[in-house]
Amino acid sequence: MRSVINYFKEIYFGLKSLITGMRVTGHYFTHPKEIITQQYPENRETLKMFERFRGEVVLLHNENNEHKCTGCSACEVACPNGTIEIIHKRVDVDGRKVKALDTFVYHLQMCTMCGLCIPACPTDAIVMANTFEHAVFDRSKLTKVLNNPGSKIMDGIK
Amino acid sequence: MKWLYDFSYLTRAIHEGLSARFEPGTVVILEMVLVGITFMLLFALLGLVLVYAERKVSAVIQQRLGPMRVGKWGTAQTLADVIKLLLKEPLINKDADKFLFNLAPFVIMIAAFMAIAALPFAKGLHAIDFDIGILYVAAVSSLGVIGILLAGWSSNNKYSLIGAMRAGAQIISYELSVALSLLTIVVLTGSLQFSTIVESQADGWWIFKGHIPAMIAFVIFLIASTAETNRGPFDLAEAESELTAGFHTEYSGLKFAFFFLAEFANMFIVAGIGATVFLGGWMPFHIGSWEGFNAVMDFIPPIFWFFGKVGFMIFLMMWFRWTFPRLRIDQLLTLEWKYLLPINLMNIVLMAFLSLMGWHF
Repeated sequence: MRSVINYFKEIYFGLKSLITGMRVTGHYFTHPKEIITQQYPENRETLKMFERFRGEVVLLHNENNEHKCTGCSACEVACPNGTIEIIHKRVDVDGRKVKALDTFVYHLQMCTMCGLCIPACPTDAIVMANTFEHAVFDRSKLTKVLNNPGSKIMDGIK
Repeated sequence: MKWLYDFSYLTRAIHEGLSARFEPGTVVILEMVLVGITFMLLFALLGLVLVYAERKVSAVIQQRLGPMRVGKWGTAQTLADVIKLLLKEPLINKDADKFLFNLAPFVIMIAAFMAIAALPFAKGLHAIDFDIGILYVAAVSSLGVIGILLAGWSSNNKYSLIGAMRAGAQIISYELSVALSLLTIVVLTGSLQFSTIVESQADGWWIFKGHIPAMIAFVIFLIASTAETNRGPFDLAEAESELTAGFHTEYSGLKFAFFFLAEFANMFIVAGIGATVFLGGWMPFHIGSWEGFNAVMDFIPPIFWFFGKVGFMIFLMMWFRWTFPRLRIDQLLTLEWKYLLPINLMNIVLMAFLSLMGWHF
């Protein structure tokens, strides 16, 4: 008797799960507004990239051409494939020699956009931008210097 | 416009026109050629439309856009695909059985042509009206599997052979369910002739008139016919992820196109049978004594009713295909032999009882 009940139970729950699945796909079929495909080259002007999209690493600068990077190399250590190279310099602060950023070299051609450098930064100096048109004709153009010429560290960042 | 509602005016005009010019023997041959060309054109058109529909339906269900580049909304995409397939080189394996390899696509197409001949498209638009129409269609539609088996065997490829054997096991099993679910309705109609079955639904479709057992039979028919056409969750014969492309792995160019076309043609035939037997074929939708409503429904020509119902059935099959994951071969056979077949047999007994007591409408 138990097996007979189970037999019909199985049919009932089987049909129920099939209908649940069909309801999900039916919902998508009747809501074409939820389509996420982008018609890329045509909608280049109106295309709005998604907030969490990871395109490249940028070093943020404020309007006075100041950044927050202390040159601590935490991002260089965190990077799994050697994309980031920090070149230091020594500067005098109150008569002491202090480590500071000289050049922030970023090899875009090696970057896998894993984003591990972003949480590694103790001063939140770098972020992931959502630009994605990185095609160039010369490979050397992919090696970028992220700190602007003449930029310096913000006051109070250590 | 009278011929749009009753095609026998048109067919009789063609027949009389031909008879006036040729001898009776020549007329028969000419008419057969004419019907053949019509079905060939229909299949070509169906292939174009259904491939596009399938790609668009699957795309929207998966939140994609589907083909968009060739023509407005990608409407010319299938045309471009056809041209590509025509230009492709027909490759044959080194150790393939060349005769069987070349024969297989034609066997599948011939089976599809034989099956579609018995379908009633509209009033008077019926290539051949057998008095054993359903039996004929059930017999002929399972011939296609011979083509699949030939293709798998002659390819000299283990994956093709596995796919073909799976298709064989599948069709032998599910043919039973298709035939039995159709028989459930035949119990009510008392005839295997398609024209009689359609005429008997003038006052209501069998799925409504036969209520509970007819609906069970309809669901079983949908499942079994999807399996019989090797589609949807039952596409074990081609199982892309396991067998590359199953029985048609080694085919290219026009011969591959034949397999592809046959799949959609079979889908159309199965949907047509389902629409004819359960949904009233070309009969308009009537509700009891609502004279005005019935008159409006009658105004729509029967051929549009038929293609509308077939379109609905085809959409259901596409919906299945893009919702459910593929079954394993043992699950497939369990579903048929442990669930569908016993339910089907009980359902026929129930239907016979209802029909005996006159408890249907």
